[in-house]
Amino acid sequence: MAARTQKLIALVALAFIVFALGDARAQEKGPASAPRRIVSLVPAITEMLFAVGAGSQVVAVSSFDEFPPEVKALPKVGALIDPDTERILALRPDLVIVYGSQTDLEKQLGRSGHRTFSYRHGGIPTTLNTIRDIGVATGHRAEADKLVSSLQARLDAVRDRIKGRPQPRTMLVFERLPRTLREVYASGGVGFLNEMLTIAGGRNVFADVSRESVQPSIETMLARAPEVILEVSAAGLIEQTSSPEPDAWSALSSVPAVRGHRVHLLTGDYLVVPGPRLAAATEAFARALHPDAFK
Amino acid sequence: MITLDSASESPLPRRARRASIRPRLISTIIGFGTLAVVTCVLAPLVGSTSISLTRAFDPSIPFDQNVDAQIFFVARLPRVLAGALVGSSLAAAGVVFQAMLRNPLATPFTLGVSAGASLGAMLVIIFGGAFALGPLSAVPAASLAGAAAATAVVYWLASRHGHAISTSVLLLAGVTLNSFLSALIMFVQYLADFAQVYRAARWIMGDLDIGSYDTLLASLPLVIVAFVLFALLPSSLNLLSVGRDAAAARGVDVPRAQRLAFFSASLATAAAVSLAGPIGFVGIVVPHLVRLLVGVDHRIVLPASALFGAAFLVACDLLARTILSPVEIPVGIVTAMIGGPFFLWLLVRKS
Repeated sequence: MAARTQKLIALVALAFIVFALGDARAQEKGPASAPRRIVSLVPAITEMLFAVGAGSQVVAVSSFDEFPPEVKALPKVGALIDPDTERILALRPDLVIVYGSQTDLEKQLGRSGHRTFSYRHGGIPTTLNTIRDIGVATGHRAEADKLVSSLQARLDAVRDRIKGRPQPRTMLVFERLPRTLREVYASGGVGFLNEMLTIAGGRNVFADVSRESVQPSIETMLARAPEVILEVSAAGLIEQTSSPEPDAWSALSSVPAVRGHRVHLLTGDYLVVPGPRLAAATEAFARALHPDAFK
Repeated sequence: MITLDSASESPLPRRARRASIRPRLISTIIGFGTLAVVTCVLAPLVGSTSISLTRAFDPSIPFDQNVDAQIFFVARLPRVLAGALVGSSLAAAGVVFQAMLRNPLATPFTLGVSAGASLGAMLVIIFGGAFALGPLSAVPAASLAGAAAATAVVYWLASRHGHAISTSVLLLAGVTLNSFLSALIMFVQYLADFAQVYRAARWIMGDLDIGSYDTLLASLPLVIVAFVLFALLPSSLNLLSVGRDAAAARGVDVPRAQRLAFFSASLATAAAVSLAGPIGFVGIVVPHLVRLLVGVDHRIVLPASALFGAAFLVACDLLARTILSPVEIPVGIVTAMIGGPFFLWLLVRKS
């Protein structure tokens, strides 16, 4: 908690420092050699860095980073909306990984001559391409290629396992107020969650909604009548109430998933991070959707 | 029956005034009542899905296999009832606060009640806790507690000097507490991670999709108590809105009337916010709309606002859940987008 308050103070200080930094005019594209001091502000990319073997080059991560366990020992330098520019610069990084929307930070870092790598979440192909790009940028091209092939192989294995089986109409829920059916968020027909669900052999009931997330009303959930409800939770609130059959759903007894006891609760942060653990998440989805295929 | 303005008047004019108000009161209540009832009856028939009413009311189909019945009774009906309850509470509380503070800009959220409720809700949404208090789940319970705490603080501040409430202190204390609590809310949100911040922000936009009758029944007693107290208020509100001294001169027990107004309106606001989040605009636009239509007498404005508030919020929620389906618009956005222009149009046309 104290670290968070520090962040707040640092943020105020930042406003003054940023102007003092001025224009360093070091506009070269950065060193061609592999970076040795990487700061990652994106948890999904941190995972990729460690997975391709660049973990020892990482010197700081975002305040939301929790995986792999090694990051717990690293300094935290803010995140998407509150990057601590002063501390980032003080760490003398030679590569800073920023999210695509952090354009101001990217400009600042560019002015002071720091190389940046900008990233935005996308579907599974984006994740796999990003792993390759990260491998190239950090000097671990071979490991990255190997990782991507193994992830692709695992996804193909899931596809093979469930091939020919009926695909249940599934609602993939990733947020909900505990004990209630309020503030339910489900995957729409776009994004990596939807793609993982499709590979795992589920038909998304919101496939027609071309957004990453849908906030369905109770009426919509009743009308879409999913045969399986897959509830994923990174950690935290939903988990605390978890009984084998989350009780709030029983109010929707006409939904086939509820009547047929096919409301599955999966917990773990690997389920919702578009990184190297997406194959494991897809496997977990497939196990819940097609238990018979994994006997 | 307690009438707060009875002392200084002779029986004859009072009876004459009563008699003159009654036909107007009855016609107004019939008019606005019909509007409210028609809205509440029609609203559950419409939605993002089309359902068969004959199937929904067919008792021969088991309930757990009857999608139409579940959509009607589990999804739509609690939602419409919540809209009616919240809409009438906020509109009536708005009338009372505006009269009591003698300020046309007052809303049910002016004195910090809703900010207290929001802080309570934020704390539960962000720091977790899946407890339940009887039929109340964690978020409504915490928001009621927050509202009660904020109400107590404002009242204590405003009544410290002497036994009467100072309207200006009440207003200043309320507005300051509002800002202070909003800062606390932002601080709590700053400590949270993205998903929680998003969920907290969504709660602030208001949501009537409660999906169960338990939460509704838990709020109902609070709303009933508030409305019983409201029934005692109109005559003294008429005099209070002219001025304290004028009211006192005509025999109103000013401190008592103020306390009654403050606590009843706070109670109604707390119940509404704990049920559906702080849905904005209903509490300011409905009372003014009603005043433009029926005049300023609180004996008519108060019941008419309660009825019109119910109809207004139910209608706004109907739009919120249908226009962009299957995606829904938070109802607080709809109330502001419909209510604002409509109110301005009425204002310009009338003047």
